[in-house]
Amino acid sequence: MTAAEDTAGPTPRFNFAAWLSRYGTLLAFLLLIAFNVIATPNFLSLQTLNVNLTQVATIVIVAVGMTLVIATGGIDLSVGSLMAIAGAIAPMILLGAIAPTTDPLVVLPLAFIVPLVVAGLLGWFNGFLVTHYSIQPIVATLVLFTAGRGIAQVMTNGNLQVFKNPPFQFVALGHVFGIPTQVLIMIVVVAAAAFLIKGTALGRQILAVGGNEKAARLSGIPAKRVKRFVYVISGVLAGLAGLIVVARNSASDANLVGLGMELDAIAAVAVGGTLLTGGRANIIGTLLGACVIQLVRYTLLANGVPDAAALVVKAALIVVAVYIQQSADRT
Amino acid sequence: MLLSMTGINKSFGDVRVLTDASLQVGPGEVMALIGQNGAGKSTLIKILTGAYSHDAGSIEFQGADVRFGSTAASQAAGIATIYQEINLAPNRTVAENIFLGREPRRFGLVDRARMQADARTVLRRFKLDIDVNRPLQDFEAATRQMVAIARGVTQNARLLILDEPTSSLDEREVAVLFETIRTLKADGVAAIFISHRLDELFAICDRVTIMRDGRTVAVSPMKDISKVELVRTMLGKELAAFTAKKRAHGDGEGAALVGVENLGAGVRVRDVSLTIGKGEIAGLAGLLGAGRTETARLIYAADRKERGAITVDGRETNYVAPADAIADGMGFVSEDRKIEGIVPEMSVRENMTLAILPKLQKAGIVDKAAQRAIVEKYIAALGIKCSSPEQPIRELSGGNQQKVLLARWLCMNPRLLIVDEPTRGIDVGAKAEILKLLRSLADEGLSVLMISSELEELIAAADHVTVLSDGLSVRRLASEDITEANLLSAMAYQEVPA
Repeated sequence: MTAAEDTAGPTPRFNFAAWLSRYGTLLAFLLLIAFNVIATPNFLSLQTLNVNLTQVATIVIVAVGMTLVIATGGIDLSVGSLMAIAGAIAPMILLGAIAPTTDPLVVLPLAFIVPLVVAGLLGWFNGFLVTHYSIQPIVATLVLFTAGRGIAQVMTNGNLQVFKNPPFQFVALGHVFGIPTQVLIMIVVVAAAAFLIKGTALGRQILAVGGNEKAARLSGIPAKRVKRFVYVISGVLAGLAGLIVVARNSASDANLVGLGMELDAIAAVAVGGTLLTGGRANIIGTLLGACVIQLVRYTLLANGVPDAAALVVKAALIVVAVYIQQSADRT
Repeated sequence: MLLSMTGINKSFGDVRVLTDASLQVGPGEVMALIGQNGAGKSTLIKILTGAYSHDAGSIEFQGADVRFGSTAASQAAGIATIYQEINLAPNRTVAENIFLGREPRRFGLVDRARMQADARTVLRRFKLDIDVNRPLQDFEAATRQMVAIARGVTQNARLLILDEPTSSLDEREVAVLFETIRTLKADGVAAIFISHRLDELFAICDRVTIMRDGRTVAVSPMKDISKVELVRTMLGKELAAFTAKKRAHGDGEGAALVGVENLGAGVRVRDVSLTIGKGEIAGLAGLLGAGRTETARLIYAADRKERGAITVDGRETNYVAPADAIADGMGFVSEDRKIEGIVPEMSVRENMTLAILPKLQKAGIVDKAAQRAIVEKYIAALGIKCSSPEQPIRELSGGNQQKVLLARWLCMNPRLLIVDEPTRGIDVGAKAEILKLLRSLADEGLSVLMISSELEELIAAADHVTVLSDGLSVRRLASEDITEANLLSAMAYQEVPA
């Protein structure tokens, strides 16, 4: 023990399990790319890149919020339903169903702001249930998971809303410097969250609350406020993803928008190497995790394996990722 | 010999933690295992129980060469470990905990009646007459510990490993525990007893194995070794006596910083009054359950007070949360480092600056340079041993973790530091160091409220001591009145004869 305590620098001992848990996702990502370069025709094209990135963008955006929630030791099952609500409100505003106007100068900002605010408030409600009534997060967010989609269906009478509004749809279909807007949004969200965790006091407090809530509280950290904050962020990001999805489809179906998204997001977080027990947040890992899942699916599809089989591979990936995490923790 | 471990070597990466360590225990023998934090005790025990595997050496248990692949395997072979942090299911009943995983069955179903009857029988052996159908969490620490031991006994354990078993027990409970160990000893059950309380070792153990720097440095019958010799062998040097110098005005006559009057909340704190002067170490004594920690938590607003008044600098406080107390210059080092102190995943640097973070930010962004300066200053000032500020705090020894937690508050430049059992689970050398540190901080003007179960610690360090009994502040002792006899008689105040 003394030998270790006297050394000045970090002890350079190599631990394969720890290394794998840290870089495993990146390794898998690179291996998948290498495999596709060799095996999949036309893989190295801008089109392939765009297809994959646009498909992964919404998952990443939601998964970033999920990463923050999971870092506090919670989980947010309601993200898919919040996407449906945000995705239902925006077309209603654009089509003049809420306010009696379709003046673009009025409805366009409202079509962005109102859904995001509503999603944020619903996120706050999740946080309120968790902090005020000490309800377990999985149960607390089950409330909106169930009720949220119902609310979206009631708002739209269960009808498909079809719309065409190029300025609004720019969030999904537009390009900035040749990069799809939604990919750009994804990058901004990832960068902002990574900075939040690494560089800000709030980020460290999120990890402290997840790592040891009692210690955090005794250190003067407003643990409840921190928790409510992450649920709000998760809600807003889910709302944003909902807007992108309906903009991409030129249609909003409350039954389908964000369906199963909570599981995709949790899978991305798990594969990305964030502990589901809280206390850690690996935002870049989540990005890579989502990319790996997407790329596996793409690889299988491009090589003639049906989508249903891809689900099994996805499940296997999650098992492997969690196994690596745990074996790294044991050493 | 029941157990014979010889020539045990173990490295983690390139760090050697055990070198030719050995441990022998005879049947029905109680073996003390002592050493400073980091001496290799817990690693040796973990190798024995199969939690770690050894690099070299041999283990013989009940005459056979063994190498347990898991803790389950060592349990099945008859080794039961009772940990500091008790490994039971708090929300299951006492009976369920005792028979967890091997419930008596009848027609394939759990035979609850038999399970309860068996549980009662085994607990009665330890003179414990409790309702075995109540959840374990309803009982105090000592009872939970007995249940853990009872669980080991019903597994036909031949060897009990007791890791700091008395750290959360009061004297009466310790007596009950020792009685239990003697009962088991008569049945030929051996025990390895790990404790930092030397008096207890002399009271219960037959022999002692002393470890230092990963080696077994001495084995001796308890009766052939003196306390001083024991400590000297353990530390490898003469123990610097920690008779910290008291303040000249150390009788509470200095200007009061904190005044507590008729404080109360619930049944644990009924009526507590005390004062803490500027630059004083005020002791808070009492038996387990007397309301010491609860009182401190009320002062710090970790819990809400229901009655009474707390004044700081003459002004009455109305804190809502610890954050308010912190803003007013208070700090709180809790009793249980693992549960309420450290954030295990985080580094030394982040743990140390957890409380000061709000002051280290500019527009929400942490000022890394200022943070590093603070961390480096306190690592040097308190002599914290870590490989780097980035080392996860969970890898540090207990004493060093405690120093990081002290630094968490010292960097805030507080007026009052509340320390709850500041030397619990810390080796003798580090104990003296922490007490000296508190003394020198008090000399610089910091007020300290020190909760301690160790009388000699209070006698050595406190300027005055308030004794609590059953939620009441029953006595205040100053300077030379702080003696073992006075403290004990005050603690025993109003104790209802059983």
